[in-house]
Amino acid sequence: MKDIDYAAPKTLAEAVALLDGKGDRARVLAGGTDLIVQVREGRRDIDVMVDVKRIPDLTRLTVDANGLRIGAATPCCDIYEHPEVKKSYPGLVDAAFLIGGIQIQSRASLGGNLCNSSPAGDAIPALIALGAVCVIAGPKGERELPVESFCVSPGRNALARGELLAAIKISAPRTGSGAAYLRFIPRNEMDIAVVGVGVSVVLDAAKSKVVAARIGLGAVAPTPLLVKDAADALVGTTADDAAVENAASLAQAAAKPISDMRGDADYRKHLVAVLVKRTLAIALERARKS
Amino acid sequence: MSKKLHVQTTINGKETELLCEARQSLLEVLRDDLRLTGAKEGCNNGNCGACNLMLDGRLVNSCLVMAPEIDGRKIETIEGMASAQGLHPLQQKFLEHAALQCGICTPGFILAAKAMLAKNPTPSEGDVRHWHAGNLCRCTGYDKIIRAVLDAAPACAGKCS
Repeated sequence: MKDIDYAAPKTLAEAVALLDGKGDRARVLAGGTDLIVQVREGRRDIDVMVDVKRIPDLTRLTVDANGLRIGAATPCCDIYEHPEVKKSYPGLVDAAFLIGGIQIQSRASLGGNLCNSSPAGDAIPALIALGAVCVIAGPKGERELPVESFCVSPGRNALARGELLAAIKISAPRTGSGAAYLRFIPRNEMDIAVVGVGVSVVLDAAKSKVVAARIGLGAVAPTPLLVKDAADALVGTTADDAAVENAASLAQAAAKPISDMRGDADYRKHLVAVLVKRTLAIALERARKS
Repeated sequence: MSKKLHVQTTINGKETELLCEARQSLLEVLRDDLRLTGAKEGCNNGNCGACNLMLDGRLVNSCLVMAPEIDGRKIETIEGMASAQGLHPLQQKFLEHAALQCGICTPGFILAAKAMLAKNPTPSEGDVRHWHAGNLCRCTGYDKIIRAVLDAAPACAGKCS
């Protein structure tokens, strides 16, 4: 690897000052599973890695009656092994448990997945479905941004100079909620999504009608997408076959995939409909059992 | 020559001080500076698992850890597995099942298996295959490795935590 510097600030303010001073010559180091490879292979030219894992809040996960707050550098394993998270946020656990292999999950973070801003990042559609909010720290203080607005183009996001993603917040699931994430890859593990779909639904007291829904799509557009039309079409229905078909075709219409080595555009469109139906079925089942 | 960073760490139970460059990976420091060559460099990008070791009790790819990150952390490598009483049961079972040919992937597989058995002492074949998705072997076709790990599980009870 080319010569670089390493900094390990102990406070958010120190990290912000470093990032503000160095601009795009500095990059946050969380799990390093993307960044270290990019720098080693010469795909990202930086002067300093800013390791944020010595800032206690950045690797802290808290769950209470209001919801879940995940420090942006918390590794996936801490998320899917947490008993409360397993119980109440299975749609998030689905995503955290399929990012890379076990060795990657020991280090890779949801914040890193967001900041890498790949259209195919597995955590992102799951977070979109759950209505997650990004907590961003910067020179002017803290601001919040809905997760679907975070990525702006492949590899680029809404962070301005001096800003870093501090945490991800998810509201506590409403009664009758269920969520799930599925992706399609040609092997069982360790691959990049051809298509990824996150779904969350809320059922009424009778566990019959859908009262709210969100659908996130990955790897079918320059950024992960919130497909509002498709999710809204489920509201007021019992998620019967016709309603599910309708939501799947609306999601398909919103997908604007490219053709590449992982699949051509038509194939990805086909997968969107298949995965929306499968993911929705799991989310509904979890909602009925909740 | 860039400036060296001072790092204090514990490797296989032994407190260790070292000087590293910010650009070095943990794998490079172990192999090139500390001469602990059990962890291997395979892909150097997080796909193959040949450089696996335990960092604060978690299985990681040491090619994807920067050396300065380990300050104050605990590292366990393949060199720490055998004891004065002999090989660790996993090492013994890999030998008995001939679960290796060229041997490059073996330390990584053994560390990964140890990490799995610490969490799941009675894995199914499916559990073993799923857990080792991040460990690549180009010689054995995996069957002998899977058999060795399954056979080692009972003998590992209490020895893989």
